[in-house]
Amino acid sequence: MGEVIVITSGKGGVGKTTTVANVGTGLALRNKKVVLMDADIGLRNLDLVMGLENRVVFDLVDVVEGRCKLRNALVKDKRFEGLFLLPAAQTRDKTALKPEQMIKLCEELRKEYDYTLIDCPAGIEQGFHNAVVGADRAIVVTTPEVSAVRDADRVIGLLEAKELRNPRLLINRIRVEMVKRGEMMSIEDVKDILAVDLIGIVPDDEKIVVSTNRGEPIISDQKSLAGQAYRNIAQRIDGEDVPFLNLEDDEGFVFKLKKLLGIKTT
Amino acid sequence: MILDFFSFFTRPKASKEIAKERLKLVLIHDRANVSPQFLEMIKSEIMKVITNYIDIDESALDIQLTRTKSEDGESIVPALVANIPIKSIKQK
Ligand SMILES: Nc1ncnc2c1ncn2[C@@H]1O[C@H](COP(=O)(O)OP(=O)(O)OP(=O)(O)O)[C@@H](O)[C@H]1O
Ligand SMILES: [Mg+2]
Repeated sequence: MGEVIVITSGKGGVGKTTTVANVGTGLALRNKKVVLMDADIGLRNLDLVMGLENRVVFDLVDVVEGRCKLRNALVKDKRFEGLFLLPAAQTRDKTALKPEQMIKLCEELRKEYDYTLIDCPAGIEQGFHNAVVGADRAIVVTTPEVSAVRDADRVIGLLEAKELRNPRLLINRIRVEMVKRGEMMSIEDVKDILAVDLIGIVPDDEKIVVSTNRGEPIISDQKSLAGQAYRNIAQRIDGEDVPFLNLEDDEGFVFKLKKLLGIKTT
Repeated sequence: MILDFFSFFTRPKASKEIAKERLKLVLIHDRANVSPQFLEMIKSEIMKVITNYIDIDESALDIQLTRTKSEDGESIVPALVANIPIKSIKQK
């Protein structure tokens, strides 16, 4: 029996789609059968980020409304064995989907695929409820900024109310230089405030924009740090214990001295 | 003491400290899900009880959800703070 994992955030533009594309590809590279589901109805994007936009025929709403079989709607990614995309409907709105339909769809996917990653729309309205209703686990994406963290906290509360307990946190777009200067909240800061366990940390990396331009997941770039971060997350989802990337290697004199003396430095 | 010694070397408050403080405060409100109406309700109940014993300036009564240092001074905890200006104590 496979697992259905929703990637959500509350705030828009923090990296949900990028996460789904890369972590999903990472899981496929680990020889898993993976479906990337775009639940952002009306704002289809995952196809473009994955470079599969020209191969979309049917979509998620076609499947739940019975116009095609699930396997006909799935776009097979020829670059990565075992990877499939289930596109969002572009010309419909979020009310085109009912929670019961989503639950049924997730049940069907669970039987056939090891992992289904759901790309959740921003916000906490109907689209959010539909995206989380059929999931077994949730990953909440945030950036180290006040508004994203606040929205993440709200979403964590809503997930818990929906019995999706113990969501895991992904902190995206960390800028080490700014953290060092004390001008950006650190991983520890964000983790402490939200009080949930981490699944991963991803640095801010301009190569992500480059790879999105090309429609190629950055995870296949062996040299990039962000790619490494996504590979690690895929491993953790797959049950392996991998240490977190050390983005803040050079801690500075005062920090080290404080640590030596056992003074809490948060 | 040692902490003070170290903070001597560090710069004035970095923006991330301000971000953390503001976030912690706003999240207490978000998480408690307290609406202004809810606080109004508490306020009128408190007023009812207190006016039995004390003459207060009802227009100046102020009640807020905020944060304060815990008893042991180790952490910051949420607190309900009421500022109730007294006019006079009623004698029995
Ligand atoms: N770690 C990163 N470093 C640099 N750029 C990033 C990073 N993560 C995401 N981005 C960029 O940020 C933008 C938003 O990312 P993405 O589309 O994944 O967010 P989203 O949460 O899915 O947005 P929406 O809420 O609109 O669906 C994109 O242009 C993406 O390339
Ligand atoms: Mg998106």
